[in-house]
Amino acid sequence: MNFADIQQQASRNWERFQSGETPRILVGAATCGRAAGAMEVIRAFREAQAADPTLLPVEIQEVGCLGMCFAEPLVEIRGPKGDRVLYESVTPAMVPDLVQEHLRQGRPISRNALCRMPDGQQGEIRDEIPLFTDLPMIHHQLRVVVRNCGFIDPSDIDHYIARGGYSGIARAMEMGPDAVIEDVKLSGLRGRGGAGFPTGLKWGFARKAQGDVKYVICNADEGDPGAFMDRSVLEGDPHAVLEGLLIAGYAVGANHGYVYCRAEYPLALERLRAAIDQMRNKGFLGENILGFGFAFDVTIKMGAGAFVCGEETSLMQSIEGRRGMPRSRPPFPANAGLFGKPTNINNVETLAAVSAILEKGGAWYAGIGTEKSKGTKTFSLAGKISRTGLIEVPMGISLRTIIEDIGGGVLDGKGFKAVQTGGPSGGCVSAEHYDLPVDYEHLAQVGSIMGSGGMIVIDEESCMVDVAKYFLGFTENESCGKCVPCRMGTQHLLRLLTGITGGQGSEDDLETIRKIGDTMKKASLCGLGQTAPNPALTTLDAFMDEYLAHIRDHKCPAGVCKDLISFSIDPEACTGCMACAKVCPVEAITGTKKQPHAIDPQTCIRCGACRQACKFGAVRVE
Amino acid sequence: MTTTEDLTTSLRTILEKYDTSRDNLIPLLQDIQEHLDYLAPEAVSLVAEHLDLSENDVYGVATFYAQFRFHPPGRHRIKICQGTACHVRGGGMVLDAISRKIGIVPGETTPDGNISLERVACFGSCALPPVMVVDDTVYGRMTPRKSEKLIEDLE
Repeated sequence: MNFADIQQQASRNWERFQSGETPRILVGAATCGRAAGAMEVIRAFREAQAADPTLLPVEIQEVGCLGMCFAEPLVEIRGPKGDRVLYESVTPAMVPDLVQEHLRQGRPISRNALCRMPDGQQGEIRDEIPLFTDLPMIHHQLRVVVRNCGFIDPSDIDHYIARGGYSGIARAMEMGPDAVIEDVKLSGLRGRGGAGFPTGLKWGFARKAQGDVKYVICNADEGDPGAFMDRSVLEGDPHAVLEGLLIAGYAVGANHGYVYCRAEYPLALERLRAAIDQMRNKGFLGENILGFGFAFDVTIKMGAGAFVCGEETSLMQSIEGRRGMPRSRPPFPANAGLFGKPTNINNVETLAAVSAILEKGGAWYAGIGTEKSKGTKTFSLAGKISRTGLIEVPMGISLRTIIEDIGGGVLDGKGFKAVQTGGPSGGCVSAEHYDLPVDYEHLAQVGSIMGSGGMIVIDEESCMVDVAKYFLGFTENESCGKCVPCRMGTQHLLRLLTGITGGQGSEDDLETIRKIGDTMKKASLCGLGQTAPNPALTTLDAFMDEYLAHIRDHKCPAGVCKDLISFSIDPEACTGCMACAKVCPVEAITGTKKQPHAIDPQTCIRCGACRQACKFGAVRVE
Repeated sequence: MTTTEDLTTSLRTILEKYDTSRDNLIPLLQDIQEHLDYLAPEAVSLVAEHLDLSENDVYGVATFYAQFRFHPPGRHRIKICQGTACHVRGGGMVLDAISRKIGIVPGETTPDGNISLERVACFGSCALPPVMVVDDTVYGRMTPRKSEKLIEDLE
């Protein structure tokens, strides 16, 4: 079958899927949806269907993540009149009503309706249900990498093809490898794994490298705590990534690709395996792809739980069956990489963008973003923010727009303190830079990095010294130990920060942190050690007063560091609702209903559960 | 009870699926752990023999990665995420609560072999923190109370 036939068949399948002929239930069943209970909801729909198959000729389908994780589980229902409504926070208990009202009567329920989906017919949809694209979280977004996530069935290759998929590789093979690399250069795409190296340039090096055997690798070892963009793309649209890898292989002259994906992402691995099988069936892998004489195959390698394996030289060691320890460069992987052969490594998001770029052209992509940071970037919004989830925005959008407009502001109306970008390699951007345009250059200017795109919002109730200690605890644990600056540096920094949060720090420690941090930046072998001090250094710059409060006054202003705080209940504000007593894990709270409670300081373990539970602000922390 | 002989036979079936090149080492260990739930000493020697590596070399690789275990885990495995998002939203509280409740620290298994407790660096479900995983089910938006209730239901 040639590509035009494949496309035609896919379009027919897609149109059937899109048409309102069959009522349909689409459940967001990526990992976050599942964590919120999506599978129980699917079970409830299936039971309702089994109970009365005649009345419910619906197809129940799993889709990927739309990015609005805060509202999970998300269920889209296409009723008998073609109207498509997305419901939020769906529970099995809501299923009978949804079945009765929307699926049978064609009357969408306003309660729990988040929005109307695009392309839906109006039917009897009430006006009070907003359109998907008008939702504040969606309005500022521009979807390139996650173009299909949540809209297509990720286990059906036809859905991907019908929405433009694999026309990128078809176009690439008509253009020839050199023109492909030029087009990627023209797009201005920079590596989305974090460092931001121009992708086209990187491909050019691998293409020029001498060697009969070359490799391309997709780095899907997303180990940054707080980042889940790659997982969402792999779960929601695996073909977008695999097509990008195929294009990379074609451009650099590699006939074999690897996807190195962490074992902690079982659903992503499942989707990848299924997608690769479908590619084989359609002829997108094998000896003579689409009749252009290009041969390519893909192997999945599962990570085994080592953060440092996200670093390219470590990752290659791991594929080779060794300890994932980095080595010094040069030689660069482009010349001597996997098994000593020329190798090109790109991140998941980079490759998903590549398939879109080859489909629509480099000039199109270059029209998005800023002068030096082209295109879009996905971010995972997490931490103390109202609307957590996955977003994709044009480069250059302001931090304020991301947090306030898209994310709905800080959780529970608390004050914004900082946002941690780039995971353990990144830094904290404080409130004074709230209007900063988000791109590679501006984030670097304030001492942080783009990183892979994790954004953890930190509010006034979070302690910055504790946040720094948290990241150092992570990097100390994940340092591979090969080079001394990283191995010893992370240990020392963690010890100093632990001392400060425990009330045993001195002002000299701050100078020591800077010295060790600077040494690590200059002397560490790989990116892990070079960036590990960033969380400590950036918080030291922006939140010196908080460090000093711990050191001089033995106080944690945010009320987090356990050794420096004590809890009490303000009898004036306490209504005696018992909420705090119910959550106290050690029964340190006493009192009767409607009477002010009290905390026994001897029993209290200062976990803060009561403070979180109290709706009246009666729990005081000092 | 599996005898050593049974163990060897079932491991040989796994080994046969892989050729003897070194890059099969990690996939092979993963496959064996999937099958046995941990890496028994016999398994390590068989893998070393199959790939013509020293046992030392195999242990050197296996101990580097967090995924591999050298002791059998409990019948139920509880993993509590300590990623950044979970950390700032109370993941530590959930871990402490479970730890207190079942009387073991992360990395241990209860003496009756029922539950093992692990802390993990990040699950990638950062939008629903704090996250805990019981066997293969991921639970989001946990609180110490909710997590304790989940444990109570484990037989």
